[in-house]
Amino acid sequence: MYPAEFRYTKTHEWAKVEGDLARVGITNYAQEHLGDIVFVELPEVGRQVKQGEAFGVVESVKAVSDCYAPVSGEVVEVNGVLADKPETLNQDPHGEGWMVVIRMSDPAELGNLMDVAAYEKHCEEEAH
Amino acid sequence: MGMEELKKTPLYGNHLKYGGRIIDFAGWALPVQFRSIIEEHHQVRKAAGLFDVSDMGELDIRGPQALDLLQYALTNDMSTVAVNQVRYSPMCNHRGGVVDDLLVYRLGEDHYFLVINAANIEKDYNWVKELAGRFPGAKVENVSDKVAELALQGPNSEAILSRLTRADLSAIRYYWCAQDVEVAGVRCMVSRTGYTGEDGFEIFCSPEEAPGLWDTLLEEGDELGLWPCGLGCRDTLRFEAAMPLYGQEMDDDTTPLEAGLGKYVKFDKGDFVGREPLLEEKRTGLRKKLVGLEMVGRGIARTGYPVLKDGEKVGYVTTGSYAPTLDKNLALAFVPPQLAEVGTGLQVEIRGRGVGARVVKTPFYRRRDK
Repeated sequence: MYPAEFRYTKTHEWAKVEGDLARVGITNYAQEHLGDIVFVELPEVGRQVKQGEAFGVVESVKAVSDCYAPVSGEVVEVNGVLADKPETLNQDPHGEGWMVVIRMSDPAELGNLMDVAAYEKHCEEEAH
Repeated sequence: MGMEELKKTPLYGNHLKYGGRIIDFAGWALPVQFRSIIEEHHQVRKAAGLFDVSDMGELDIRGPQALDLLQYALTNDMSTVAVNQVRYSPMCNHRGGVVDDLLVYRLGEDHYFLVINAANIEKDYNWVKELAGRFPGAKVENVSDKVAELALQGPNSEAILSRLTRADLSAIRYYWCAQDVEVAGVRCMVSRTGYTGEDGFEIFCSPEEAPGLWDTLLEEGDELGLWPCGLGCRDTLRFEAAMPLYGQEMDDDTTPLEAGLGKYVKFDKGDFVGREPLLEEKRTGLRKKLVGLEMVGRGIARTGYPVLKDGEKVGYVTTGSYAPTLDKNLALAFVPPQLAEVGTGLQVEIRGRGVGARVVKTPFYRRRDK
């Protein structure tokens, strides 16, 4: 279910390292928990974000939820598809539903994130 | 509050069985959804949905002064309600604020049945009992725990229900009811009412028989597209139909006139609680007015968000949502009367930014066959 090459946050974001870039999204657990996603707010390209800082907002029918940056750096790309098709986040959260690409300023921060085994355990604990 | 401390309706076991996602709704453990809020919303508009609304309260009022009590306690005119007819009314406090909004069923010559909001059961019961002090010939009983209520809503509702009863459902007109209707062998009261903007019925039965009736309805209705539905789509459905929700569009400090319920306030019927302050407000003008908003900019207005005019706060959102049938972001909001005209440009403050919105007509959605 959860890709082994991703790194995960406790707040249910994922990061996929591509060289000095990190592609970022929310996890399947997050989208299931939120339900039908109807609105996504993303940062401007060029914005600097810090690890743990809110970089965007995802809204379902009932809930408004911040998304937190898994790594620090500059936002170099945002997924424009989500503006018109926010439901992509429900349909393919780990793929087409990616949200931003961040050029990492401190790749050592990846060490603060969970690997897939730790994340799956984290989800199990939260579900109870 | 832990889930185990929540009140449960007689259908709690059914909700678990059908995979409902249970949430705390004003102290009740109820399903917010079974599949997805949006899918359930569409299903009710095009086929049918079954809702557990057993959390709603019921007051039984009878006696030779039952009508006198209701005429005094409620703003709408109950003197013209026939036996088996149903009427909507606000109930006000002495300041003209809304204590609750409710449905009155006339079940007999001197017998009425009030369906009230779950969050207001104790408040309403105490209030009506207090007012009943002036009407010794009216007896008020809180029967909320003795009644279960299911809402069958959507265009296929009549076809589904008619599979389970011999009663002539087409004879039950909008805002009328039939008593002693046998549905799948269960004695029920059935009214053609609802809170979704679609045709449908509300079905009252004993708590003991409700779980079986729920299952039978879903089994029989399956072919006609009947789904179990949760609170989530109940809210989006009523919101599109611009049906007010107590606690959002009205409360103890909001008058029915402000909430757009003026047609349910009958000043010419004689004295009633709130009449003087409401007349005064009618004379001097409304403090605020409920309007529909359509977002022009990107964003979803949510309950409590400020409404701005030229950057200044002039009102607030009471309900805001993505509207699945209309595929728009809409809101109900209180604004000053001079900004209530259709077409007026306003903003809703979303995360510190003013996002464009304009005043539009309500209801947002109206079904075609009506």
